[in-house]
Amino acid sequence: MAFVARALRRSKPLISSRCPVTVASCRWISPTAAAGSPEAGAAVAPADPELPRPREPVGGARVELPSNSEDALEVFVDGHAVRIPKGFTVLQACEVAGVDIPRFCYHSRLSIAGNCRMCLVEVEKSPKPVASCAMPALPGMKIKTNTPVAKKAREGVMEFLLMNHPLDCPICDQGGECDLQDQSMAFGADRGRFTEMKRSVVDKNLGPLVKTVMTRCIQCTRCVRFATEVAGVQDLGILGRGSGEEIGTYVERLMTSELSGNVIDICPVGALTSKPFAFKARNWELKNTETIDVTDAVGSNIRVDSRGPEVMRIVPRINEDINEEWISDKTRFCYDGLKRQRLNDPMIRGPDGRFKAVTWRDALAVVAEVLQQVKPQEITGVAGKLSDAESMMALKDFVNRMGSDKVLCEGNGPSPPADLRSNYLMNTSVAGLEKADVFLLVGTQPRVEAAMVNARIRKTVRATQAKVGYIGAPADFNYDHEHLGTGPQTLVEIAEGQHPFCSVLQSAKNPVIIAGAGLFEREDQDAIFSTIQTLAKKYNVTRPDWNGLNVLLLHAAQAAALDLGLVANPAESIKSAKFLYLMGADDINLDKLPEDAFVVYQGHHGDKAVYRANVILPSSAFSEKEGTYENTEGCTQWTIPAVPTVGDARDDWKIIRALSEVAGAQLPYDSLQAVRDRISTVAPNLIHVDEREPSTISAEVKPPVKQQVSSTPFKTIVENFYMTDAITRASKIMAQCSASLLKK
Amino acid sequence: MAARLAARRLLGLAAASGSASEVAARRLAPSPIAAAGYAAASRAPVSRPFSTALNYHIDSPENKPDMKWEFSEANMKKVKEILSHYPSNYKQSGIIPLLDLAQQQHGGWVPVAAMDAIAKIVEVAPIRVYEVATFYTMFNRAKVGKYHLLVCGTTPCMIRGSREIEETLLEHLGVKRNEVTSDGLFSVGEMECMNWSDCVVISDVKINFIHISGLHWQGCCVNAPMIAVADYSKGSEGYSYNYYEDLTPKRVVEIVEMLRRGETPPRGTQHPERKNCGPAGGNTTLHGEPKPPPCRDLDAC
Repeated sequence: MAFVARALRRSKPLISSRCPVTVASCRWISPTAAAGSPEAGAAVAPADPELPRPREPVGGARVELPSNSEDALEVFVDGHAVRIPKGFTVLQACEVAGVDIPRFCYHSRLSIAGNCRMCLVEVEKSPKPVASCAMPALPGMKIKTNTPVAKKAREGVMEFLLMNHPLDCPICDQGGECDLQDQSMAFGADRGRFTEMKRSVVDKNLGPLVKTVMTRCIQCTRCVRFATEVAGVQDLGILGRGSGEEIGTYVERLMTSELSGNVIDICPVGALTSKPFAFKARNWELKNTETIDVTDAVGSNIRVDSRGPEVMRIVPRINEDINEEWISDKTRFCYDGLKRQRLNDPMIRGPDGRFKAVTWRDALAVVAEVLQQVKPQEITGVAGKLSDAESMMALKDFVNRMGSDKVLCEGNGPSPPADLRSNYLMNTSVAGLEKADVFLLVGTQPRVEAAMVNARIRKTVRATQAKVGYIGAPADFNYDHEHLGTGPQTLVEIAEGQHPFCSVLQSAKNPVIIAGAGLFEREDQDAIFSTIQTLAKKYNVTRPDWNGLNVLLLHAAQAAALDLGLVANPAESIKSAKFLYLMGADDINLDKLPEDAFVVYQGHHGDKAVYRANVILPSSAFSEKEGTYENTEGCTQWTIPAVPTVGDARDDWKIIRALSEVAGAQLPYDSLQAVRDRISTVAPNLIHVDEREPSTISAEVKPPVKQQVSSTPFKTIVENFYMTDAITRASKIMAQCSASLLKK
Repeated sequence: MAARLAARRLLGLAAASGSASEVAARRLAPSPIAAAGYAAASRAPVSRPFSTALNYHIDSPENKPDMKWEFSEANMKKVKEILSHYPSNYKQSGIIPLLDLAQQQHGGWVPVAAMDAIAKIVEVAPIRVYEVATFYTMFNRAKVGKYHLLVCGTTPCMIRGSREIEETLLEHLGVKRNEVTSDGLFSVGEMECMNWSDCVVISDVKINFIHISGLHWQGCCVNAPMIAVADYSKGSEGYSYNYYEDLTPKRVVEIVEMLRRGETPPRGTQHPERKNCGPAGGNTTLHGEPKPPPCRDLDAC
C-alpha cells in the first residue's frame, strides 16, 4: 500500500513536465523518467554537472545522525553524497538519498529476508548487482541505482517473479494497490519469455478474515515473518522447495492471532486479501477518510474507506507513537457492525411494549415531560464506552443543569481515581514502553484489552528480552512471561519484598507497572492502587526521568470521561434513578434500576440496553461524526466523518442540546466549536489534538488508605476479544471470528 | 530431455485447450522427437513431485496430528547423543538428524505426529520442523513400503532407460508412483543424482583421482540406469540402503522378486562382465600403478 503512495508521488513529476526542475529532482528509475532526465538535467544545472543538488529522503523521513561522528558514514548514491548512521543497509542509504528502491520481501518493521532480489543495485567494484536490502552500507560505497546493470537486473528478477504469477489482475482484489502490478509497470519488461505451464498452488484456509489465493504468492515470506515476529503465532511457514515452494501451515490451522488482518496489508501481491472485502469494491472507487478507532482505548489511527454511504473497509494509518502501522482485527473488521442493528428513527415504547417510530419533536417532548416530573436527584446520566468528549460534556452539563450530579461513564467503577491524570493514564506512553526492561502486569491482559499495546510489549520483549510478570487470571500471552499469581495477595507480597519477582524489579533500570482498568470495578480498588503506589516507590518506578506507573484503560471514552469528571458511583446512581439517560451505555448493570424508572437510550445500535429503554433517540456512530477521543496514554485525537449518518440519527451532543432546550434548561452552545470551547474550560488537554499531554503532577496527595486488599482473585475483564461494544456485537464478521477463532 | 520438455509443453497445451490438443498432437506427430515425447509424457505424470507427499498434510488413518508418537528407548539415547552435538540454545540444529532417526524408526517415513514430537524435543514451533521435512525430498511424509525403490531420474540414467525401468516396476507391482503395494512391501519413488553411490563404489576399488575430482564427477553414472532400495524390513537396526546398477527391465523384476522372497540380491552392478565401475570384460587401461601427476613435484614447479 505504501507503494501506491510512492508510485503516485513518482507519477507527479512526470505529469508536470512543464516544470523541468521537478523532473530533474525525480530520480525514478523508470524508462520514462530516464528518458526525460537528460534534457531536464541540462536545463537545470548545465554549469555544474559534478555537483547535483541534494535530495529529500523518501517520504520526507527524518534521519537522525548519531552525535558521535564516528558512528556515521558517507556513501554515494548515484553520485550524491549522503551521511547515514552506521548499520544502515544500502537500501536505507538509498532512501535517505531520496531514491526509492523497489522491493517485495523487505519490510522495515520485519527482519530482513533478502529472497525476492527485486532491490538489486549496482555497487562500484562489486562484480555482481547486490541485494540492497541485505547489504550493509560501507564507508565510501558508490551505489548506482539507475545504471543499465541495475535496470537489467530488476527486469530479470521481475520476469522470474511474473513467471509463475497468474495474469488474473482483473479479478484480483489487490488490483490497483498491488506492489507487483505497480513495480512491474515501473521496472519490468514489456514481455516475458516463459511459455510453460504456470504453477498452481492449493489455497489455504486461514480463517474468516484472510482470504488466500496462493497461486498468486511470490514467496516473499513477509507474512511468515510477520506472524512469527510481530503477531507471535508460529503457524505460517514456507513449505517445499524450488518451484513447488509454498506458504502454508502444513497441518490445516486457522490464524488465531488478534493481528492477523495485517498480513493483508503487508502482502505485496493478491495472495492474502481481506475475506469480508472480497469482490466488494476497487480501491480507486473508495473515499479515504483518516480517522481513529474507538473499539479500544488505544485509539489506533485508521483510514476508513467508504463508497457512498457505506463503510467498505478499514485500514491502518501509520502513527509511530500509537499503532506503528498495524491494527487489531477488531479494529479492521468491525465495520460491518456499522451497517447492522442500526437505530434509524426516534422511537417510543407504546403501552403494548413495542417501539413505534415518531418524530424528533414528539420524542423530545415526551422525554422533557418525564424530566419535569422527576426530582432532580433522581436523574442519572450514563455515557457509553464509545462516547466522544463533546457528547459527554453536553450530557454532564445537561444533567447538572437539571439539578443532578449523577453522571458517569460506564467502566469507571464506583470511585475512579480521577483526581490526578497520572492515576488513570498510561504515563510511560505506548511508544515509551519500548524503553522498559521489566513489565509487571496487574489484573490486565493486554492481548485482549489493548492489542496494540500488547504488540508493543511483545516488540520490547523480543528486542531486549525484557521480563514480564503477570498477576491475574490465567491468560494467553504471545511472549515469555511469568505468571506470578492470580490475586492482590501476590501484589502485596511484591510490595513487601517477599516475592522472587522482587529481585527482578530491583535490578530493573526502567521498570513498568501496568494496572488494568478492570481494577476500577473492584471493591478494594483504593487499597490495590495504594499498594501499587508503594510498590512503585519501592522499586523506583517513578523518577523524574522515567514514569513507569501506568493504567491501561479499556474503552475509548474512558480517559476523556475521567478528564471531564463523569465519576458518579454507578451502583448508587442506578439504584435511586427514576430517569435514566443512557448515552450508548449498554454494559452498565441495570438490575438494581427501579421498575418504574424511565429510561432514555440514545445510541447508534439496538444493543443490550434497548430492551429496557422507554424512548430511543438515534445517534451517529464514530464513522459518521466529528468527535474528540482521548486514548489511554492521554493523546487527544479526532474522528472525522467518513459516511453520512443513518436515517434520522443526529450527533450525540446535538441531541442533548436539543433536549435541553425542550426541557427548559438550554445549554449555551450551538456549534461544535462552542462545545469545544466549553470543554477547554474543564479539560484543556482535550483541545490539543494529536498531542499527548502527559500529566504534570504525579505526587501522592491522597490520604493514606485504610482499606485492606481482599483475597478475591483478579477477573478476566474481556472474555471475548472480538465483541466488546455495540458495534462489534452487531458485526457478523466478529461473530464468525468469535465462533471460529476463540479458544474453547 | 528435449523430448520431455516438448512433451510437457504439449501436455500443457492439451490441458489448456481440450480438443485443440489432439489437433496439435496430430500436427506434431510426424516429428519424431515430438512423437516420442508425447508417448513418454503420456506415461509419466505431468508434474513430477520428487517428494512422496504434497506440501500440506491430509489426515489419513495412519497419519494424524493427534496420534501419539515417541522415540523408542534405544533411539531416545541416540536423540540425546545427537543433541549433545549442538549448543543448548541451538537445539533446532538437530532437526535433520532427528527426522532421519524418526524415519528409520517409523519404517521409512515420518508421520506428522513424529514431526510434532521432534518440535517438542528441539523446542521450536511445529511449523519449523514441517518446513525442514518438506524441503528435503528424502524425508518421506507419506507411507512407503518395506522396500522403498528409488529410481534414478537424472540425465545419464534417463538416457540409459530409467523411464522403462520405472515403468516396468510400476507395472510389475501394480502401483502408481509413491503408492504402496497392497501387501505393504513395495513402493516406488524417484531420486536424483545417485552419484554418491557410484563414488562409494569407485572408492572401493581405490582409484586415487576420485578424491581429486570430488563427488560431482559425472563418470560415476557409467553404471546407469540404477535404483536405490531402502530396506526397512528389518527395522531401524537392520536398516540397509543398497544400489543396484546396470539394470534392465528384466533384471529389476528379478531383484524385486528376490526381495519379496526375503533374499538379498547382490548389490552394485548387475552386469555379468563388469566389476564395480570397471569396463565390461576387465580393465583396458590402468593395468599398472598410475604415475603420479607431474605437478605433484612442487619443487620442480
